[in-house]
Amino acid sequence: LGVCVCVSKNVYKVDDELEMTMVCHRPEGLEQLEAQTNFTKRELQVLYRGFKNECPSGVVNEETFKHIYAQFFPHGDASNYAHYLFNAFDSAHNGSIKFEDFVMGLSILLRGSVREKLQWTFNLYDINRDGYINKEEMTEIVRAIYDMMGKYTYPALKGDVPKQHVDAFFQKMDKNKDGVVTLEEFILACQEDENMMRSLQLFENVL
Amino acid sequence: MAAGVATWLPFARAAAVGWLPLAKKTMPKPPVDKKSRNDEILFVNVSGLRFQTWKNTLDRYPDTLLGSSEKEFFYNEDTQEYFFDRDPEMFRHILNFYRTGKLHYPRHECIQAFDEELAFYGIVPEIIGDCCMEEYRDRKKENQERLAEDTEAEMATDAPLPPGSTSRERLWRAFENPHTSTMALVFYYVTGFFIAVSVIANVVETVPCRPLKGSVKDLPCGEKYSLAFFCMDTACVLIFTFEYLMRLFAAPSRCKFMRSVMSVIDVVAIMPYYIGLVMPENEDVSGAFVTLRVFRVFRIFKFSRHSQGLRILGYTLKSCASELGFLLFSLTMAIIIFATVMFYAEKGTKGTNFTSIPASFWYTIVTMTTLGYGDMVPNTIAGKIFGSICSLSGVLVIALPVPVIVSNFSRIYHQNQRADKMRAQQKVRLARIRLAKKGTTNAFLQYKEQRGIQDGDSDSTALCVKNRSSFEHQHHHLLHCLEKTTNHEFTDELTYSEMCMTESVGYRTSRSTSLSSQQGLSSSCCPRRAKRRAIRLANSTVSVSRGSVQELDTLQVQKSATGHQSRSSLNAKTEDMKLNCDDRDFTAAIISIPTPPANTPDESLPPSPGIPGILRNSRSSTYTQETVKISSL
Repeated sequence: LGVCVCVSKNVYKVDDELEMTMVCHRPEGLEQLEAQTNFTKRELQVLYRGFKNECPSGVVNEETFKHIYAQFFPHGDASNYAHYLFNAFDSAHNGSIKFEDFVMGLSILLRGSVREKLQWTFNLYDINRDGYINKEEMTEIVRAIYDMMGKYTYPALKGDVPKQHVDAFFQKMDKNKDGVVTLEEFILACQEDENMMRSLQLFENVL
Repeated sequence: MAAGVATWLPFARAAAVGWLPLAKKTMPKPPVDKKSRNDEILFVNVSGLRFQTWKNTLDRYPDTLLGSSEKEFFYNEDTQEYFFDRDPEMFRHILNFYRTGKLHYPRHECIQAFDEELAFYGIVPEIIGDCCMEEYRDRKKENQERLAEDTEAEMATDAPLPPGSTSRERLWRAFENPHTSTMALVFYYVTGFFIAVSVIANVVETVPCRPLKGSVKDLPCGEKYSLAFFCMDTACVLIFTFEYLMRLFAAPSRCKFMRSVMSVIDVVAIMPYYIGLVMPENEDVSGAFVTLRVFRVFRIFKFSRHSQGLRILGYTLKSCASELGFLLFSLTMAIIIFATVMFYAEKGTKGTNFTSIPASFWYTIVTMTTLGYGDMVPNTIAGKIFGSICSLSGVLVIALPVPVIVSNFSRIYHQNQRADKMRAQQKVRLARIRLAKKGTTNAFLQYKEQRGIQDGDSDSTALCVKNRSSFEHQHHHLLHCLEKTTNHEFTDELTYSEMCMTESVGYRTSRSTSLSSQQGLSSSCCPRRAKRRAIRLANSTVSVSRGSVQELDTLQVQKSATGHQSRSSLNAKTEDMKLNCDDRDFTAAIISIPTPPANTPDESLPPSPGIPGILRNSRSSTYTQETVKISSL
């Protein structure tokens, strides 16, 4: 790992504002990343090129991430969902996504096994990482998703549509009706849903 | 480590043989360099320009992109070189840094481009050599200042008000930016006019007019037409008071407003009048009253709200405070010195004007500023000599700080010009950004239509579809997935407001409107122009229809592919007005006069008895779509 923190101070007091702390992050070697993920060298190179172009410093912070994500959803407000997405990618929970995090997340989502994908999704929903999804967490996620739709939808969003959505979800997922969904319940319920299983293959040619 | 130090390391290590006889303990084992291969030449291809360099050169700085394993991400196996899609001109400087250890800043390059390149290659700008560091710093500061101004101009108060603003906020906006509304503009000009009138009245008041009948002495006009002037003064003061009170009411922070310079000027301008009103008419106080009238001249400063040049002047003086202070200080020093000298030089002369040192101050000031009134002149030879030295040095002392002030003024003035230009262009920019944003929305709605059509006939859609890039395809697929997740669809603003209105209008029986001629969709294959026209028409006619909805009640056109079966909506569900290739007919319908509906022979469903007015018109279209027209109950 090459994390270099280059700090340089200026001699002149007047130019204190030019004092720069540049945190530049170098990712692990190409071979290591290839071993850790399911991507080939070429694909990693392509990914890194794009990543480096957007973030020359080597890390993405949450603001940049939200900004980038919001551009895909011009109708609504994608910032909440982007926040949860960011946390799902940021495995080290230090407020920034390095290239390794980025690539490992992608590897799971695109090339991982069904169980890994479902586990990633479970992690996304489980906001406080306690191993259980409760109704509040789910409601927040669903609300964030509905926020991305924006105001102008058909049919118009009336009533508490997110809440109804969450109730339907819990009906399906919570087998033992204890108010929380565990990882096993989640995986079981998803595997029963054929539509969903089929859709999982949908994004495999994303790269 | 600096550039060449690595080269000397073998030498230093070899020289360590000299320690061996003295060593107290045995030497540690040397590190084994597994990958000890000979130095090789690397090929670096930057946008077609091929550079070659030793590997060692790049390894000198292992915490940069080229020096670390990060460059492997850019290695092209086929051509055995490192390929970077960056500026080749700039790369020269970057590579020179590795070769010589000094980073130079190319003066003709844009500072931001240079910074971006450095950030990409992982080089800290502080390493720039001393030869170029100053230039780099200056340019960077200038750039930052300019960017700061630009962001300020962007967030200028010319932006449209947020919808939920109170009348107070709107009032404040009208005062600060008179260009935002006509009322504000009118008020702006009226106050300007009254300021001018007031100032002119003050001036004319003192001009001597022809004397009254029976008197010889010339009277100032103010006393001759005292009533007229008094009325004019009252009117002006009333306007100013009203303006001040309105500003005070509208100000977001009243304390801050009361402390601001303009508000102080306003108060000073109107206070003398009110004090004059309440003051009694006795002699000794009226002397003070006359003095107060002097303050009326401050009304002229109210013009600074109307004139930007005045504001700039004031701002310049404020920003040149240090230079002005220096000027004042040096002048004072010189005045005291020369006054003292002149006094003692002229002390002997009889009947001299230089009675004391403070009296000589006047002579010194008049001489140093090269005025030379001549009311005080030295008579002795010594006095004349010192007098000439005084006038020569006066020129110097005054000439020194003036260029600084002038350059400050010029800089601020140009800044202001640029800010104005930015603000003027801001509106256009915002409009264009809004248009672009709408473009993406519309593009997605079009895409949805294509998808709907695709179920029916794939041939004619092929042409429509191929005009979109793969990025757009994938983006639209993403948005489509979101729709499926939430089971709601995207619409545009007009449809949505149309829907809201139709729901609120409620269920009333009405004249039904129908689609006029159902033109065949002969040339409907990718009629992009028609689509755009339809959208434009739809956008404009929906506003027409919005007004006419009240008369025609609800006009709802629903189109659906045959795949959807639940369209027999007895509950008059409002449906999306899908803008697609077929919309020409629909938009024509909105404008046209309602005609009695007609059932085409294709599908003649009897209208359900309980809900009069629900008609089904299906079109004989290649897309086999149904057009259902529902009018509300």
